Amino acid sequence: MKTYAYYPGCSLETMAASYHLSAVEVAAKLGVELEEVEDWNCCGATPYSHIDEILADALCARNLAIAEKGDLDLVAPCSGCYKNMYYANQRLTTDPDLAEHINFALEEDDLHYGGSVEVFHLMQIFADHVGLDSIREQVSRPLTNLRVAPYYGCHLIRPRKEGVSVEEAGNPRFFEDLITALGATPAEYTARLRCCGGSLIATSRRAALSMLRDLLQSAVNVEADVIATACPLCQINLECYQGDVNREYGTEFSVPILYFTQIMGLAMGMRPKEAGLGRELVRPTAVLACARGQ
Amino acid sequence: MFRKPSFSEEITNLMYSRDQRPLHCCIQCATCSSACPAVEFMDHTPRELFGLINAGLKDEVLSSNTFWTCASCYACSEHCPKDINPTRIMYVLKRYSIWKGRSKAGLIGPDFSRRFVQTILKTGKSYEPGYAPAFILEGGFQGLLREVATGMKLLRKGRLPLIPAKVRRVDKFRKMLNRVMPLEGIA
Repeated sequence: MKTYAYYPGCSLETMAASYHLSAVEVAAKLGVELEEVEDWNCCGATPYSHIDEILADALCARNLAIAEKGDLDLVAPCSGCYKNMYYANQRLTTDPDLAEHINFALEEDDLHYGGSVEVFHLMQIFADHVGLDSIREQVSRPLTNLRVAPYYGCHLIRPRKEGVSVEEAGNPRFFEDLITALGATPAEYTARLRCCGGSLIATSRRAALSMLRDLLQSAVNVEADVIATACPLCQINLECYQGDVNREYGTEFSVPILYFTQIMGLAMGMRPKEAGLGRELVRPTAVLACARGQ
Repeated sequence: MFRKPSFSEEITNLMYSRDQRPLHCCIQCATCSSACPAVEFMDHTPRELFGLINAGLKDEVLSSNTFWTCASCYACSEHCPKDINPTRIMYVLKRYSIWKGRSKAGLIGPDFSRRFVQTILKTGKSYEPGYAPAFILEGGFQGLLREVATGMKLLRKGRLPLIPAKVRRVDKFRKMLNRVMPLEGIA
């Protein structure tokens, strides 16, 4: 059984509790142990880098140092946290001056970061480390005929990692492959790599609503039953502001937005509640019917 | 002889400081503008903004909403043929405008970022309802009602945190960040 330092991030404590619940359940079923980073702090999200980047890196470094104490690699379910931790880690391991400066600060909390931790997104743990074959073995209720639109969004794949070509980054398939492994049908739509608006929902509402409308329309055009996300901010924007999109544009979208772990959980035979369902603002009727075998 | 760096040199230096390519290699091809999902809500397209920076038009740049309308999606950075990272430039400009205390009137972004950072400095964790004052009145009274309605729905589903979460060793956490830089004036 492989163990990871699990960094849930702020959203998973309440707003995205269903992501946390389903992630933990699915991990257990796949033989992955998630050990929560002791006394973790916020990754800084995007606003921290609007004030100071070294301060933002220090926030990530504290979490990395705590994970390193347990000699574990770190996994983040939130794409924003993942991107911040991944790139802070890269800067800390390649810039000794930065590492020294930040380690001087970490002393205040009796911590030191030596640079040995690797950072992964939860999706990578399931799709790459565990692998699709092992996932298929656990699927007891294949989601036949369910049309799932995989929503990659931004920070799961961008900025592009070293060694990944522009072509690969422009046409990832790992999310589609995972959906296929669950017996469902990936809905092919053009907006899958487009941005949900991120924090513009708070700071530039009209821009965010327009981006959300394009995304929802693109998924509706290919008759998706549900959009699957790998990030709490994407989920919250797409689901909780769907009503605002409808008001602004006179549309009538009613697209359920679930975390990919919830869909995995259902395919693995979990009861809806175990997979963190029941907290949605848009009811995932087709998904629940499919999971009941109807 | 001492010479004060020009505005475009300052921005270039800020890019260099984070190992980024400087802006003067921009060929004004507008690949960034065409990749941007928020471009129609910007005062200047990213291409125009970079032209303004290179021309040293500081006032025009700082009074533009463009960089505060960047969602940090990195779509532009994927495709820039000169390998400039436009997203990073937007970050640089956000920081520069916050340091200088100069941004277009009525923008929510700077206040939102400040509130966010203040919250993290205080507790170590994010608390969504704490940022509402930055934007809740933007949509007027109707907007306020809609915001409250969404909040109530989330509350009923148990998805709205009532009490801010906190790291346990918050004193040590704050001391740590104070060693990175003095926090007076920020929080």
